Amino acid sequence: MRKLEQQGLYFPEYEHDNCGAGFICSLEGKTSNDIIHKALEILDKLEHRGAVSSDGKTGDGAGILIDIPHAFFVEECGFELPKAGDYAVANVFLPQKSNQREFCMNTLEANINAQGLTLLGWRTVPVNRSVPGRIATETEPFISQIFIGKADEKQSIDEFNRQLFIARKKTEHTVYNSKLSEQGFFYIPSLSTKIIIFKGLLMPEDISLYYKDLQDPRVVTRLALVHQRFSTNTFPTWDLAQPFRYMCHNGEINTLRGNVARMRSREELLESELFGEDIKEILPIILPNKSDSATLDMVVELLLMTGRSLPEVMMILVPEAWEKNDEMSESKKAFYEYHSCMMEPWDGPASIPFTDGNYIGAVLDRNGLRPSRYTVTKDGYVIMSSETGVVDIEPSNVELHGRLEPGKMFLVNMAEGRIIQDEEVKEEIAKRKPYKQWVDQNLVHLKDIPYNDCPLFIGEAPLDQRKVSYGYTREDINTIIMPMAGSGKEPIGSMGTDTPIAVLSDRPQLVYNYFQQLFAQVTNPPLDGIREEMITDISLTLGSDQNIFEETELHCRKLKIQNPVISKEDLDKIKNYDSSPDYKVESLQMLYKVERGHNGLEEGLDALLDKAEQAIDNGANILILSDRYVSSTEAAIPALIACSYVNSGLQKRKKRSKASIIIESAEPREVHHFALLFAYGASAINPYLVNEIIAEKMKEDEITSYTFEEAIENYNKAVGKGILKVMNKMGVSTLNSYRGSQLVECIGLNTKLVDKYFPRTTTRIQGIGLYELEKEINKRHQKAFATDQIPGDLDLEMGGDYRWRRDGEKHMFNPLTVAKLQKAVRSNEKTTYKEYAELVNEQSKNLMTIRGLLEFSNFDPIPLDEVEPWTEIVKRFKTGAMSYGSISQEAHENLAIAMNRIGGKSNSGEGGENPSRFYKTEQGDWKNSAIKQVASGRFGVSSNYLTNAAEIQIKMAQGAKPGEGGQLPGPKVNPEIAKTRNSTPYVGLISPPPHHDIYSIEDLSQLIYDLKSANREARINVKLVSEVGVGTVAAGVSKAKADVILISGFDGGTGASPLTSLKHAGLPWELGIAEAQQTLVLNDLRNRIRLECDGQLKTGRDVAIACLLGAEEFGFATAPLVASGCIMMRVCHLNTCPVGIATQNPELRKRFKGEPEHVVNFMYFVAQELREIMAQLGFRTVEEMVGQVQKLDRKQVIEHYKAAGIDLSPILHQVKVPAGTKFYNTEKQEHHIEDSIEFDIIEKAHPALYRKERMNLDFKIKNTDRAVGAIISNEISKKYGANGLPDNTLKLNFSGSAGQSFGAFATKGLTMTVLGNTNDYLGKGLSGAKLIVKVPEQATIKPEENIITGNVTLFGAIDGEAYINGIAGERFCVRNSGATAVVEGIGDHGCEYMTGGTAVILGEVGRNFGSGMSGGIAYIYDKNNTFKSKCKAEGLNLLEVDQEEDQVRLKQLIENHYNATSSPLAQRLLEDWNNQLRSFVKVFPEEYRQALERIAQETAETL
Amino acid sequence: MGKITGFLEFDRKVEAYENVEERIKNYKEFTVPMEEKELNDQGARCMDCGIPFCHSGCPLGNLIPDFNDAVYRGKWEKAARILHATNNFPEFTGRLCPAPCEEACVLGINADPVTIENIEKNVVETAFAQGWVKPQAPEHRTGKKVAVVGSGPAGLAAAQQLNRAGHQVTVFERDSKIGGLLRFGIPDFKMEKHIIDRRLEVMAEEGIEFKTNTEIGKDIKADELKSEFDAVLLCGGATVRRGLPIPGAELNGVVQAMDFLKQNNKRVGGETFEGEELLAKGKDVIVIGGGDTGSDCIGTSIRQGATSVSNFEIMPKGTTDRPESQPWPFFPMRLKTSTSHKEGAERFFSISTKEFIGDKNGNLKGLKTVEVEWVKTPEGRPQLKEVAGSEKEWKAELVLLAMGFTGSETTVAEQLGLELDGRTNIKASEENYKTNVEGVFAAGDQRRGQSLIVWAISEGRQAAHHVDSYLMGSSKLPLKQEGDLPRV
Repeated sequence: MRKLEQQGLYFPEYEHDNCGAGFICSLEGKTSNDIIHKALEILDKLEHRGAVSSDGKTGDGAGILIDIPHAFFVEECGFELPKAGDYAVANVFLPQKSNQREFCMNTLEANINAQGLTLLGWRTVPVNRSVPGRIATETEPFISQIFIGKADEKQSIDEFNRQLFIARKKTEHTVYNSKLSEQGFFYIPSLSTKIIIFKGLLMPEDISLYYKDLQDPRVVTRLALVHQRFSTNTFPTWDLAQPFRYMCHNGEINTLRGNVARMRSREELLESELFGEDIKEILPIILPNKSDSATLDMVVELLLMTGRSLPEVMMILVPEAWEKNDEMSESKKAFYEYHSCMMEPWDGPASIPFTDGNYIGAVLDRNGLRPSRYTVTKDGYVIMSSETGVVDIEPSNVELHGRLEPGKMFLVNMAEGRIIQDEEVKEEIAKRKPYKQWVDQNLVHLKDIPYNDCPLFIGEAPLDQRKVSYGYTREDINTIIMPMAGSGKEPIGSMGTDTPIAVLSDRPQLVYNYFQQLFAQVTNPPLDGIREEMITDISLTLGSDQNIFEETELHCRKLKIQNPVISKEDLDKIKNYDSSPDYKVESLQMLYKVERGHNGLEEGLDALLDKAEQAIDNGANILILSDRYVSSTEAAIPALIACSYVNSGLQKRKKRSKASIIIESAEPREVHHFALLFAYGASAINPYLVNEIIAEKMKEDEITSYTFEEAIENYNKAVGKGILKVMNKMGVSTLNSYRGSQLVECIGLNTKLVDKYFPRTTTRIQGIGLYELEKEINKRHQKAFATDQIPGDLDLEMGGDYRWRRDGEKHMFNPLTVAKLQKAVRSNEKTTYKEYAELVNEQSKNLMTIRGLLEFSNFDPIPLDEVEPWTEIVKRFKTGAMSYGSISQEAHENLAIAMNRIGGKSNSGEGGENPSRFYKTEQGDWKNSAIKQVASGRFGVSSNYLTNAAEIQIKMAQGAKPGEGGQLPGPKVNPEIAKTRNSTPYVGLISPPPHHDIYSIEDLSQLIYDLKSANREARINVKLVSEVGVGTVAAGVSKAKADVILISGFDGGTGASPLTSLKHAGLPWELGIAEAQQTLVLNDLRNRIRLECDGQLKTGRDVAIACLLGAEEFGFATAPLVASGCIMMRVCHLNTCPVGIATQNPELRKRFKGEPEHVVNFMYFVAQELREIMAQLGFRTVEEMVGQVQKLDRKQVIEHYKAAGIDLSPILHQVKVPAGTKFYNTEKQEHHIEDSIEFDIIEKAHPALYRKERMNLDFKIKNTDRAVGAIISNEISKKYGANGLPDNTLKLNFSGSAGQSFGAFATKGLTMTVLGNTNDYLGKGLSGAKLIVKVPEQATIKPEENIITGNVTLFGAIDGEAYINGIAGERFCVRNSGATAVVEGIGDHGCEYMTGGTAVILGEVGRNFGSGMSGGIAYIYDKNNTFKSKCKAEGLNLLEVDQEEDQVRLKQLIENHYNATSSPLAQRLLEDWNNQLRSFVKVFPEEYRQALERIAQETAETL
Repeated sequence: MGKITGFLEFDRKVEAYENVEERIKNYKEFTVPMEEKELNDQGARCMDCGIPFCHSGCPLGNLIPDFNDAVYRGKWEKAARILHATNNFPEFTGRLCPAPCEEACVLGINADPVTIENIEKNVVETAFAQGWVKPQAPEHRTGKKVAVVGSGPAGLAAAQQLNRAGHQVTVFERDSKIGGLLRFGIPDFKMEKHIIDRRLEVMAEEGIEFKTNTEIGKDIKADELKSEFDAVLLCGGATVRRGLPIPGAELNGVVQAMDFLKQNNKRVGGETFEGEELLAKGKDVIVIGGGDTGSDCIGTSIRQGATSVSNFEIMPKGTTDRPESQPWPFFPMRLKTSTSHKEGAERFFSISTKEFIGDKNGNLKGLKTVEVEWVKTPEGRPQLKEVAGSEKEWKAELVLLAMGFTGSETTVAEQLGLELDGRTNIKASEENYKTNVEGVFAAGDQRRGQSLIVWAISEGRQAAHHVDSYLMGSSKLPLKQEGDLPRV
């Protein structure tokens, strides 16, 4: 069976998948074969949400779940069946080889017998083997059905199910533990008395062709659940196709690793009278190497076995955001709080349709990041799916259009034939047990524990000595600790990082520095914990876990800590909490005998684990690991190793669930340190040395504005917020799920160390082990406790990590390299460039970078003049994405002019671009940025902007701060910048962490389609950041039809980023580009795509290495800035750049002295250096050179004690692929834009488009018609620029359900009406058009009670109008900067990040309204006076509409709405206007108010 | 750190000088102290650069942004601690250094650089005034003995560092007092000598032994010294003066600047001196050589009451701006106008002296010059060319030769068999300051040739580390680490 094995940098475990899903059922319980076809039609219409492999035929997997067709089976089986419900049936995937197949069948039969059940018989499932694609055929199993009867007639259904479960589990364990070559084929998709699943590696339309049964009219069902996958690579397998036994899943479980680890711990406690001894047989519950969805399904199944109902199980696993919800009922809150003590949320974007045959329903994650729309028809059907319009329904047959809301459940009780509302289901479940009482009486809050003792640590070494022994530097204190103790915020820095990674550093490093945080890109979204705080939580509970088969008050007898970064005082409270018999706290010393060196550390760790076990055996349920009392003889065991080792060690010894771990350590000081400790299982941390340092600073009068307690509180709060940000990067909402999740990877630690102390963490290039780590500790310890200190020296080293110091960490850009580079480009001196390049290349060889460890080999020299000329090479060169706003106009245009002169490409960055730059100057220069960036803020992204791009770059992440957003504070937004960004001057602009139209891979695919529609000539470039798994993400992006993928290194520059992210998130590009190249080649996708690399590229040597590892285009950012005058001030975030680059201060901008020539010279020098290397290696063109890793070798001798252990062979791995597989881009992506209905429209609309004649045209529309409006707008922009056509020139009327992104980037002159409804992203980037969505006349529904459009309406809209005759989903008007919209109700997060425009909402709004809203105005019709409770965002004025100006405007807009949609609601309001007006609330952001005032004043002054 | 917008709010300001008429009446320093607030503001101008080029431009690696910040915040004691961590004698450099740090200051790219040197001086003066400069004797003694030969800034810095490492250090000085050129080269109006004395007091209390009037090679043979000490560090300076071998060079009134300055320093210090009095009073004085020593001669001559003072420089007049070939942050050769220049000297450039003219008594009465220009040879090397018809005669009764030093004296080197470089300096690498003879080290001008005080201190500190390392196998004495900006 062809399965991708781990090789090179490719790890199969990093595959991701996202999907389309849906179900259909008959409320009246009518069965039919037609439901199957309707359900498959859903998939058919969602095909654009799936993907196809390189063979063009193999889907990533699809399937259908239906009722067991009893009558059919009775007729078809050659043996007798009991009555329906008294037997179970399964489709069983079996090996193709008959001998192996028999083994599996025999095992299954034996286990059925062992559980006392009756084997009724087998039936071979008729399939059409010519249907699957080539790749799918390679893994196609043999499929048989097994029929199993009860032990006897009296056996209860629960008992029957339990025995089936045990039999299946035992069989799985036996087969998977066998050494059969085809054991991977074995899989039982379902084994149930109610439902059966047909699935496979098939395209949706092929399911019923493959499984012939499905076409049989006798196969009937009441319900059908369908799913199709979009996997990031091309080797998905049959068993991972969905649905699974009880559910299917659209999204991604980010917290999977933590969940799995915690589940493993829970197994320790499993006990059940019902299972008896069998409970051991079913373990482990979670089979390895399955997808996140499959894993979740296994847990669902276990919880069902405990006797809980399916809806209850879903509530436990995917809870609502209850923590900060004041409106939630007490009982429900108590239910959630109780269960939070037992189970952490399975967090991540998730829409989970589920069914057990009785209930069918779906639940949405707390964030609501996946769309789920449903329709109830008058003839009794419920259809739910990711999109609306997937099943044709007559408008007159519609009873209700609804959507699943964040955290909510949609449930159909098939037995009762009714839809049960979320409230009803959950209230009923929440009241089943006295959860409230249990929680009140058992859960203890840290703040409620009295403080009555203040232990002093007498005999500890002096503070100064301890600071040194834990490696504190002055920079740690001044740059990290002091700002946090002062402002309560994490410190910010800029310009990336250019210091060596820990394993290449000469300075002793803390263990934390060998770990890099993971972050979300493409397959799941990062979150915004500031603006969407309500869905986040960092509280944790401590204490013993209990058996999940039971529900008792003991389960919540725990200690709850609101912010688990605690002060010494808090820790004292916990230590002394012996008044409660339920808590036994035990302190264990994390020290080792330093004279015993490496052995001492190893023994210390083992002893610690033993002591921990002993403590637990003695009843301790809180373990404090403490490194107090270091001395000249005893050094501290690094807290991270200790924490992880105790965490995983106790797990192995099956005692993990009995106790929580608290860390009392002098080590942690940065957010990264704390985040890691939590990620490896800590439940609370007291950084006592930081507390002492703050006390010392108080004494030295360096902290004067705060009391000691306040300063500590500030620091702890800052760390808490920082951790939230770290979690959010990965899309995790709660610390409860982040705890133990290990969402990091190692760089520079060897496998031996990692396997023992950090099991299941990725480490790919090896490096040091415990021996070298101990050496580092020892160095610091010796220094601290040496007896001969030199008088006059500073107490601590300077540090120099963030700002260069001679005795600090080395930097690639240092005084000499900067000075030489500037001299070289200004004087155009080749010799000086050579000196510069030598300095950079040499210092990098001296262990600064991974590329420095590589050297060229296999020389095959050719004459230099045979190498393609530099003028060709520089066409592959690009400058980095830096927005106008983050850098000055002068600096921005300088780069553009330079790159246009040489035929390279500059990048607009995410700030729009002044259209005057799209045209060449009189001197022939061109300030147009060839690459236009589309980032999460969508600033200035209009049809015209996109039309003027040669390449459009979607920024998924940024090297300096992957997984985070950005912010341009109000004072920086001067009128010029505001104009470019289509926003209001002086109003702050926020770039959210995620793109609100990309929560998964299929969304990215959609955005690529949208952008390709907006400019068919432009290449679409997707920017990713290097991390483990970026290769599989790249494969997915390639399948999503990007033309170029950029892999950025983690070290890239930035205008502003938290220091933690600057250094500790992401990886060097060497790993990323190599992984991407290997994975793409392996998947035969490389030929479709161009690969680009950037991240501190500084010389021709850097470029040559990037190229040999797989890149064919190259980006430079910091270096050309330095060439333009940047001196690495690292104050970009402060607006005080003294050389006029990263500043908007007019005085400072005058100081900019860069010239295009400087940048041109730099590019020329780099290209020439590259050419020399090419000549040496024997390459005539860059193309020949791409991916030729055999020309690279690891440097012969590395004598450094740390670097010597590094193994670069995974980076230099050449994947084994068939001959002829391409290593570089050879062909174009098939975007299928030509199939768009817009070409038909354009043909008909010629007179309007080219002669400006008014036209009115009618068309039908389906949900598969996506981004309608973008192509026409592109044509208009090409001809008329930003001005577009006169209003209402071209009126387009559509009827039906419009696909996603209807009206995307639609520009002026267009009026587009949909009679029906629309999906997500309506009016994305609206650029001046008018959009109308209205309920068809035949429909009888009340528009204001029905969903008519999906999520994320008017995202990044710039200008135009939208009239929406119904309710919209979540995030209405997100990042709207100028459009006017009227709607009759909206979901959560309305008007989020809005900076301009007007929103009129004539109905209910969801929670978290107006968060991050800094501009624009919203009018809310607050009939029931509930709005204020939904709108708690800071900085918003909620006013009465009492100004005449407002009244007139509001009325006008409602009249417009009525005229456009004939809305009955609008009519009612207008008829009773004077009374109704009083129910309106005006939302007026304070920042916006001040900005308007300032603008008015400035205008008055100029008049 | 620093005040974020300080550089935009405050203009550069350094200490003012007393007016010329007043200050030339005596040999006292003539700077006017600044208010503390003004100094805080000057500290606030520091931008706390991501790459502090000043820190690189300073041969000592002074932690400039760090003490600037402390000064901005009024934390003077902290500033003094930071300053002394890299510089044993900020009171010398704070007065006398040409401040390559300020040439490398980022603010200097397009505005006036931070007044680093003046801040440095004020930090150390405050420290002395407040009594923060205290002897810091080592806790343990190693039992090793080190001889430091020469008591200029290199020798003193090395001595203090080696003493901190616990060695017993003896400093040998052939002159009557400790300090080398600091004491006998630098006039009091640039640095009053009690500044040296107060530092020496501290050092003596720390346990360093000073032996004056002891010339190694003469009073004590070099090999004797070597056998008596575990290590010898030679810091004798580059003392061989460049002469002007033209007709009339032997005339009375043609005097080496160093003789003239030394005598006057002894005179001001109330010491006796040998030889005839060299005084400018009532004479037309011509100072040949446009460098710092020449400038010191001018100030001294004026204070002595010269009738006129002229200054000749063979190089063309520099520009006040940087030459293009020496861009920021590199140290530029440009026209410098010292306080002495402003006290009434006339400066002539591109001028070469051809002959001294004497009267019949062998006394100088004038000299002849010719104007020169620099042309490039076909190979591109600059070559001196006299301008035809530009000959000129000048009246002068005193000519002071201030044309620099050609190398170090070789007595000790010969006695020990040390290798020399082409300029008679002792050969020792910057890697470890070791000479070819075991246990003998060299640092300062005697190793690198004539240079700046700041380089001398730097060499002394670096050499101390290597001497310590030689003696003990490893050393905890700080090294400045890499990062020096080269000359271009």
